[in-house]
Amino acid sequence: MPAPKLEFEHISKVYSTVKEGVRSHAIRDFSLAIPPQRFVCLLGPSGCGKSTLLNMAAGFVEPSSGRILVDGQPVGRPGADRGIVFQEYALFPWFTVRENVEIGPKARGLPAGERRAIAERFIGMVGLQEHLHKYPRELSGGMKQRAAIARTLANEPKIILMDEPFGALDAQTREVLQDQLLEIWASTRNTIIFVTHSINEAVVLADDIAVLASHPGRLVHVVRNPLPRPRLRAALEVVELERQIYEQRYPVSDPQTGPEMAHASR
Amino acid sequence: MPVADADRSATTGMEEVARRQLQWRGRSGKPLALAIVVLVWQAVGLLNQAMPFYNALLFPAPWDLLVAGWRLAQSGVLWWDIVASTARVLIGTLVAAPIAILLGIAVARIRLLEVGVEPIIELLRPVPTLALLPMIILWFGIGETSKILFIAYSCFFVIFTTTLIGVRNVDPILLHAGASLGFNRLQVYRFIILRAVLPDIMLGLRLGLSVGFLVIVAAEFIAADTGLGYLINYSRTWFRVADMLVGAIIIGLLGVTVNYALVALERRMFRWRATDT
Repeated sequence: MPAPKLEFEHISKVYSTVKEGVRSHAIRDFSLAIPPQRFVCLLGPSGCGKSTLLNMAAGFVEPSSGRILVDGQPVGRPGADRGIVFQEYALFPWFTVRENVEIGPKARGLPAGERRAIAERFIGMVGLQEHLHKYPRELSGGMKQRAAIARTLANEPKIILMDEPFGALDAQTREVLQDQLLEIWASTRNTIIFVTHSINEAVVLADDIAVLASHPGRLVHVVRNPLPRPRLRAALEVVELERQIYEQRYPVSDPQTGPEMAHASR
Repeated sequence: MPVADADRSATTGMEEVARRQLQWRGRSGKPLALAIVVLVWQAVGLLNQAMPFYNALLFPAPWDLLVAGWRLAQSGVLWWDIVASTARVLIGTLVAAPIAILLGIAVARIRLLEVGVEPIIELLRPVPTLALLPMIILWFGIGETSKILFIAYSCFFVIFTTTLIGVRNVDPILLHAGASLGFNRLQVYRFIILRAVLPDIMLGLRLGLSVGFLVIVAAEFIAADTGLGYLINYSRTWFRVADMLVGAIIIGLLGVTVNYALVALERRMFRWRATDT
């Protein structure tokens, strides 16, 4: 087993309300080690803290206790080693597609020719070469997200953090982008942490699925996904694995019902 | 509603109008409406000539204004007055702009300044700038300095506020994206904040200029020997109502022209913004 690329060590997040002094756990004792080049999904209902964990890895949020390590080093401020893809795309509206994708390399001080070549390579990879000079407002949601993915890839991060990146897209576009992401990942082999509440999405995409429960947010178990790729969404074994995850989504000691885990959302 | 809030909502109303001017919609009817008003006015004037029912000296008709305007233009005085007033407004705005923009960005970004500076500005804002004009003249004399400083002071607030609000409205997710792309502090300003706030700065400049054209006349009433305000006030002492109206109309036209020139510039500069949807 190689040394983990990204490691969550006993992460807790506690919010205390000023009025009553009550401390409530948003996340309790979450630990997870992610080996390099793995595609890992954090799967759970809203309120389980999966996005908070991702934001901690990105450096936007600090855990109340515990540490997050990248290559054995604790993470500090946000940095280019951990690229992030947001559900809301977060493209810079004043830059064209190419300028958006170029901006990471530009910030690193790469000369114009070099960063242009990088940008065009990754824009080609996501299939936006026809739209180099368009502004984000001229793109559809799916195209925006592809541009955002290209922007993250162009920065050559060690780890890619994806926060429900396809959550705002229609079902068809979502499937196209899922397939495209897998294709890209097959060639770049980045370590990907992908947050989703869709069991189907997790089963189609991930090597490992970390199943979380909410109130407080915590890890239930990690499901190794043994299915070979490409995985057909309607294939029997895919549906079977979905059903297993759905049935085991709560710890045995805590048989609460959770309406928000989207078994049927595809 | 606290005073500062009431005042801010007044500014946002102004901003709303200015924002809407970026769209060209529904403007085709305006020249026609204007033409009808002028024609009716002229007709009333002609009627009054045939059988007088008011003093035509006090309320000249459009034709009289054209004649007066032509005469003023021929004598050359008018051009100098236009140049003098416009220059004062432009220079005053240009003096205020860098200070207002830098301060607006700084107050929005630096907590200490937000606490220390913003309340002072909010306290000064409700004071009508015209109330301070006599004092400014006492301090800086009746030369150009006092008029330029007066304009600068008057348009400072609106440029400051639009910049401040613009910086505060920068989408935090873009700042997160920048941080994760490895932007350093300077790059956060260069690639995100300044880009995002530039449209607001342009809006502030446009509103600042219109404030300038609004208050310049008063400054020139009190202390000037050129400018359209001076022309109006001087014409009053000689009972030349047509000249007074010519001065007033030209001030209005100047304001409108500068405004639409800037609107055109904005539309060119910010192609990335959807303005027509």
